[in-house]
Amino acid sequence: MPRALWTHLVKDLRIELRSLDVFVSMLFFSLLVVVLFSIAFDPHGDFSREIAGGVLCVATMFASVSALNQAWAREIRHQVIDAQRMAPTPGAELFLAKVIANFLFVTVVQVILAPIFLIFYNLHIEGQAWLLALVLPLGTWALVGNGIFFAALSIRSRNRELLLSLILFPIFIPALLAMVRATTAILTGDSDPTLWIKLLLGYDIIFTTASLLLFDVVFHAE
Amino acid sequence: MKKLAIGLYVAVTVALLGWAFYQAIYAAPDEQTMHEVQRIFYYHVPSAMVAFLFFAISLAGCIGFLAFRRNRPDWAQVSDAWALAGAEVGVVFCTVVLITGPLWGRRAWGIWWTWDARLTTTLVLWLIYVSYLLLRRFAAGPQVQALAAVLGIFGALDVPIVYMSNRWWRTQHPAPVFGGGPDSGIRDPAMLAAFGWNVLAWLAWGVLILALRYHVERQHQKYAVQEALDALEET
Repeated sequence: MPRALWTHLVKDLRIELRSLDVFVSMLFFSLLVVVLFSIAFDPHGDFSREIAGGVLCVATMFASVSALNQAWAREIRHQVIDAQRMAPTPGAELFLAKVIANFLFVTVVQVILAPIFLIFYNLHIEGQAWLLALVLPLGTWALVGNGIFFAALSIRSRNRELLLSLILFPIFIPALLAMVRATTAILTGDSDPTLWIKLLLGYDIIFTTASLLLFDVVFHAE
Repeated sequence: MKKLAIGLYVAVTVALLGWAFYQAIYAAPDEQTMHEVQRIFYYHVPSAMVAFLFFAISLAGCIGFLAFRRNRPDWAQVSDAWALAGAEVGVVFCTVVLITGPLWGRRAWGIWWTWDARLTTTLVLWLIYVSYLLLRRFAAGPQVQALAAVLGIFGALDVPIVYMSNRWWRTQHPAPVFGGGPDSGIRDPAMLAAFGWNVLAWLAWGVLILALRYHVERQHQKYAVQEALDALEET
């Protein structure tokens, strides 16, 4: 593993372990979304299986935005971001380190949230449950990869927190659709999720490649 | 001379719009199953064609800006003006498509909207370019051009994926009228003429607006440069 990537990754993980800011706010926020949705829709039986996939994905999506906003805002203090710009290492490594760190945060939140979710929605998984371990990481990677990229893009704008959601969500639509369809297919066991998993994989490959190639342009934009 | 040419072009465009309106509303024959409501097709499809063309121009502008920004700053500024003009005018035409579509769908399908491949793709395209325009509005300063160019490229990458994902999901939009199989194509020459005139008229109109917007943006860039130079001289 390249050294710069490792350094950035360890630094981000250490900051998060010590403060737990992002983690706690994300966990509580996604818990709130799950509770609010279950009150709004009163899920039971087959109906809860139908909507559960969508609720889980949208809850993850909204919750990650708080983490994504923190990802670069944290670096503005003490001009860390300017130091990172001047550092003679490729920006792609910094980008990848941030994506991996935030991917881990969101994944941990999902792992904690999943049992709560199963209880609130009285879920009984009809399809192959192990496929969820493929769908959720792929969808989370799509969300976090693009999110970190667009957070870097909107960092120097007015109301950057709002702007991130405004530019991230339209681009994320196909991945959200694939994630929701695949999760619903697994929960209900009615259809085969393979096609949607392939779509998510394709989306991840295309956008991660584009982000790695274009990150330096965004990061050093003058 | 230049003013005369522009005036002539405007006059021809207005005349074309009038003639195309006559063709679409009076000259074209009534459609067998959908009757009068089918005439919205003469506005819906040309607007969609123009919108997609202008989004393509915008994408070319985005790529051009990133390619030229280091070694040919003048070309980069021109590309950026095209990218912005294409996105803005494209959004306007795309809005027309999104308004005329449901009006037709309500009569023909009995529903305003359905999440079919082409409808969703057009809507997502509209959302992406609106977010592009919002980024240009919020992120002021010299870096906005590079950021917007990157977002433009990301948006263009997204469109084929949205289209494919929705085709797998569901599709209700009528099969392509042109190049959709042996039965496709408009058979009636009067209908084809009305369609052709409308494509031409709306393209001419779109190009006029696009050129005006491009011109305004170039002037804007020149003023910005001049202001920066003046500020330098004062200090």
